[in-house]
Amino acid sequence: MFSAQPVNQHNRQVEWLFRLLFGIMLTLLIIPVLLIIATLFHRGGSTLSLEFLFTFPSDGMTAGGVFPALLGTIWLVVVSLLASVPLGVAAAIYLSEYARQEHWLTRIINLATINLAGVPSIVHALFGLGAFVLFFRIGTSILAASLTLAVMTLPVVIVASWESLQAVPRSFREACWNMGATRWQTIRQVVLPNALTGILTGIILQVSRAAGETAPIMFTGAVFFLPFLPGSPFDQTMALALHLYTISTQVPDVPESLPFAVALLLVCIVLLMNATAIWFRMYLRGKKKW
Amino acid sequence: MVNLFRSANDDPHPPQSTAPGPKAPIQVAVRDLTIRYGNWPVLSDVTLDIRRHEIFGIIGPANSGKTSFLNALNRMDLLRPNMTVHGEIRFNGVDIRTWRNVYALRRMIGVVFPLPVGLPMTIYDNVALAPRLSGKNLDKTALDALVERCLRRAALWDEVKDRLHALGSLLSGGQQQRLTIARALSQEPQLLMLDEFSIAVDPVTTMRIEDVLKSLQEEMTIILVTNLVQQAQRLAHRTAFFLDGRCIEVGETEALFSGQVKNRRTREYIEGKFG
Repeated sequence: MFSAQPVNQHNRQVEWLFRLLFGIMLTLLIIPVLLIIATLFHRGGSTLSLEFLFTFPSDGMTAGGVFPALLGTIWLVVVSLLASVPLGVAAAIYLSEYARQEHWLTRIINLATINLAGVPSIVHALFGLGAFVLFFRIGTSILAASLTLAVMTLPVVIVASWESLQAVPRSFREACWNMGATRWQTIRQVVLPNALTGILTGIILQVSRAAGETAPIMFTGAVFFLPFLPGSPFDQTMALALHLYTISTQVPDVPESLPFAVALLLVCIVLLMNATAIWFRMYLRGKKKW
Repeated sequence: MVNLFRSANDDPHPPQSTAPGPKAPIQVAVRDLTIRYGNWPVLSDVTLDIRRHEIFGIIGPANSGKTSFLNALNRMDLLRPNMTVHGEIRFNGVDIRTWRNVYALRRMIGVVFPLPVGLPMTIYDNVALAPRLSGKNLDKTALDALVERCLRRAALWDEVKDRLHALGSLLSGGQQQRLTIARALSQEPQLLMLDEFSIAVDPVTTMRIEDVLKSLQEEMTIILVTNLVQQAQRLAHRTAFFLDGRCIEVGETEALFSGQVKNRRTREYIEGKFG
């Protein structure tokens, strides 16, 4: 009665075939990543040390550490977050909770936001140079570079936040409104607490992108070399991504392991951020509330 | 043997509700109410009075405008871009469109939805939400007492008293529906509107909630929208029949169900010939 019919056998073969196919595709995707990380470890791993992290470059950037660049990257990421997160989350709240969803203006703004996320970073760089450095006369500084990064990452923050706000069921809002809650009370009490997880994940992923970008900060605030640490957002700074570019292409006689060590550090930072985001999401998914 | 059908306040005799007479004061007066979504009319020229402390049933098939009627009463049309309301609705004698504070109006009207909505917060917070939103700064003791009172009256207290700080949204469907009722009661409403509350609730819980409603009627007016004709017969003092966006007939429930109907369609609906 339960013996395999020909059709079952055929289905099983197809099932097995597709399993294999998707498995191969996954492997093909993972191999380059593993190869990159392995190469970086192999050629730069020995140079990477605590001393490398916390000393200045020396001998015309052919020796020493990356401390000012590391610190500069942290400066850039933090200041750009301070600009993009409040603005982006507020914009997402407006688009999701206040704007009339079917209105043509709302749709155009949504579409524009998504498109803005696809603009090449060098275009953002030129915009930042024109707007922040020249027009607002901030000058090349951490602030100008961070604002440029913020403009670049803003669409991602908005879209991620908008999506997590929309993921909160509408019935929760309806229940609150019917109880006599204002829109803001509803957002504050019910919508935001439940959308926060997705918003935070979006922000962390955005941080990793900001940390790795070179073009937007090149014209707006990051420099080849500084003999001192930046003391305020109005100073210029070094940054890891630009430092890597510089020592790989502009500086003669750099020992081969140095750029690899910087690249390894950069990749580690980005991976660490992404891993945090993924762990965070898994942690919160475990506590799902409905 | 536990009697599953026991009423909310453990009264061995199920509460009997008493109908307010025709001279009872009017809680909600509706005149020539027309509701449209865009150009599409969902309700036309409804005129009826709902008496204070009465259980007012509204029956009718799907798309007859019952839910839109409820939405108009607590001014939810303000939150629906397409919805326009014409005509006059008086709550306690005051035209609700002249209320400047719609939030205060909504706080006087409790709403229970077809599908239970347990908000993703603790059971306690679910019930304490309305008093907190309204800006009444109740101290802990007063709030505790209010939460207990509302849960008791919604016949949920005994099941959740040991886990008030568990998530309300993870309760079973029937429990969530009673939580929704407790939450509505925490508003201390003058009017309670239930929109097909038993659609996702098991029969036993439905009977318990029906008993709750009978006992609540002493304190508030209740509008019961239902697609179960027998539920209206069991609970409502007067019943309105909505069909295709019109109020076909309003009458004493007993009269309607004993055949004293003015309209042939009402009789057919009550007898289950369509709908």
